[in-house]
Amino acid sequence: MNAQHPSTDNIHNKTTPAFSPGRLIRENKLTALLIAMGLFVTVIRFTQGLGGVSNLDDNYPWGIWISFDLLCGVALAAGGYTVTSAYYLFGLKDFHTAVRPAVTSAFLGYLFVVVALHFDVGRPLRLVYPVFVSQGTTSVLFEVGLCVFLYLTVLAVEWSISAFEWLGWKGIRTVIVRLTIPLTVMGVILSTMHQSSLGALYLIAPSKMHPLWYSPFIPVFFFISSMFAGMSMVVFEGSLAHKGLHDQMDEAHLRDADKITLGFGKACSIVMMGYLFIRIFAIAMDNNWNLLSTAYGKWLMLELLGFVALPSFLYAVGVREKKIGLIRFAAVVTVLGVVLNRFNVSLVAFNYNLPSAEKYFPHWMEIALSVFIVTLMVTAYRFICTFMPVLREHPDYKAH
Amino acid sequence: MQRRKFLALLSSAGLAAAMPVREGKTAPVNGFSGHQDAVGVLHDSARCIGCRRCEAGCQSVNADAVPPPDKRRKPAKPFDDLSVLDKKRRTDFQAYTVVNKYHIEDRSAPVFRKFQCNHCQEPACASACFVKAFVKTPEGPVLYRPDLCVGCRYCMIACPFYVPAYDYHSVNPLVYKCTMCAPRIAEGKLPGCVESCPKDALTFGKRSELLIVARERIAKNPGLYVNHIYGEHEMGGANWLYLSPVPHKYLGQPELGKTSAPELTSGALGSVAMVAGIWPVLLGGVYAISKRREKTAAEEQKQAVIQAVAHAKGEADVALKTAMTKANQEKDAAVARETKKAREEAIKEMEAKMAVDGDTGTTSGASDKGEDA
Repeated sequence: MNAQHPSTDNIHNKTTPAFSPGRLIRENKLTALLIAMGLFVTVIRFTQGLGGVSNLDDNYPWGIWISFDLLCGVALAAGGYTVTSAYYLFGLKDFHTAVRPAVTSAFLGYLFVVVALHFDVGRPLRLVYPVFVSQGTTSVLFEVGLCVFLYLTVLAVEWSISAFEWLGWKGIRTVIVRLTIPLTVMGVILSTMHQSSLGALYLIAPSKMHPLWYSPFIPVFFFISSMFAGMSMVVFEGSLAHKGLHDQMDEAHLRDADKITLGFGKACSIVMMGYLFIRIFAIAMDNNWNLLSTAYGKWLMLELLGFVALPSFLYAVGVREKKIGLIRFAAVVTVLGVVLNRFNVSLVAFNYNLPSAEKYFPHWMEIALSVFIVTLMVTAYRFICTFMPVLREHPDYKAH
Repeated sequence: MQRRKFLALLSSAGLAAAMPVREGKTAPVNGFSGHQDAVGVLHDSARCIGCRRCEAGCQSVNADAVPPPDKRRKPAKPFDDLSVLDKKRRTDFQAYTVVNKYHIEDRSAPVFRKFQCNHCQEPACASACFVKAFVKTPEGPVLYRPDLCVGCRYCMIACPFYVPAYDYHSVNPLVYKCTMCAPRIAEGKLPGCVESCPKDALTFGKRSELLIVARERIAKNPGLYVNHIYGEHEMGGANWLYLSPVPHKYLGQPELGKTSAPELTSGALGSVAMVAGIWPVLLGGVYAISKRREKTAAEEQKQAVIQAVAHAKGEADVALKTAMTKANQEKDAAVARETKKAREEAIKEMEAKMAVDGDTGTTSGASDKGEDA
């Protein structure tokens, strides 16, 4: 038993020496530096207001905290619903070892999206108002807020299985395991809604959006792209975890990792091809072909050819040739492509008609805060994977 | 409104995430045409001289509503300083209204246009707000409820006119925008800006009557105005209306369709119910199919084993039987062969005897006896 779970020894080795913050910082210098910088920005944010740390203004009320932390954060955390539905609903048994890492990173992804929103909204203590005080049901953002709130709850419950196994609370774990299927179905419903609604946020402002990115189908684009965003992120995170957290993985994880990479590679390749087609159909539907020769058109071509068509092709080749390295590279390009798309919609296409002097560029402290949030997330992920059965099975519980 | 929403719902049925109904793509439905007695203001750019008195009037009546100037913020220029007009300005948290100057080609004199909340009939800000912090009153003004505002600033994204402004340097910030001086209107007074206009460029009244006034001005002054009352239909219509001697787009007024903000998002919001209703069915179906496939596979495997065993047993039986039969046949054949051999030997013996004795009678008797055996 112990041979299969080498990490149990590690846990003891790591925790038995007295907990020492000094040593922890010495061993994680970069993390400590980024967190210190984030705390500095946090103090300024909550003492000087948004204006003290950001370049947001009346024309650009949403900056990179929305573009990156919210739009990209939610899209890249879509691995939770894609992997759980593949394994539990579609019955793809190969993906078993991918379920817990995906649920864990989705849970942390959404958790830190909500953390980041506390920095972005003017009155973070009122963030619960849309759910509990005054429901603005005509708002797309209300739907996003409600779904993110509910889905974060679902993810917390799904993820809690790992925590309860770690804590040894068998009774409650058993109850939650029985809820797996309904939770998975709810996860897909809520994800379908808010992933698409993040795109639908921009439906209300057609006059402010560049026509090449404004389409009545933008909710569909956001939803479909979240699928390959999530799967690519699982592949990407998997390759990172194999570098940094290799010793936390059991035999099953190491054995199935390549199979999972191939499976997601194949799925991504196909979904991205479909996504490319619907993006092109939208250009045809609005008859925007003439705009393709403009600078914005070229930028769109870069997004579609360089960051959708190319990775789709690389995924296909990687799967056919069984080249894991190529698939991982395609995953990185895909993730960058999704980030590019969300930035294009929310910052490039939005306010495209404003003169360049009035355009927004993030303040360094805005970037520092986004980096801070990502750092917190990675640190939390490392902590969880070190102590809880995420990248390995707990010896006392069989797979579910 | 109900009917339109219902149609929007229908149009998006069956799709995962839907598309708002676009103008002209559905059967024509009568939209909301505004509250009957709602008031508004007509701004006439042909009369406006850009004196900024309206800005001063606004400031004097709203001084208590906006945050006081502080050290960090650059001091606002006095209202008699007209040099600010040389720069494009917009509303901000301390100025609910601004006047901008536009130099138009082929015109010697500049054209001025006042800028403030248009108090839309179907406001984008109110539609976008996720806590209902904006209310369209039946009297006309669109009002803000600071006690509810979370500060997400989606209203600022949604507003096609770039009106709502934010107090970015406050720790407890709020959104600021023109109220149409709703408290003053309730007291029977004019809005601050209208009251201070020296050139009658601002006309306050019922929106329905302002439209008549505007049409009359266009009709009575041929060549003075472009034949377009900005705000009559834009995004479902606004309670502020504009007359201009030049196309409104030259005055920084965006060209907007007639579709109101709520219509732009109702389809997508309606599809939420569709997803909630149909996704469990589809996903449950997928789950059932994959479970059934597993079960069937397991059953097939079981059956195959049973069959294989049965088949193997059958084959073994047949083989045994064949072997038995063959063995029997071989035994019979061997007996027959031996009998035949014995008979032949007997015959040979007899023949040999007969050849010795010369007696034929006993030969046939011996032969019969051998065949019976």
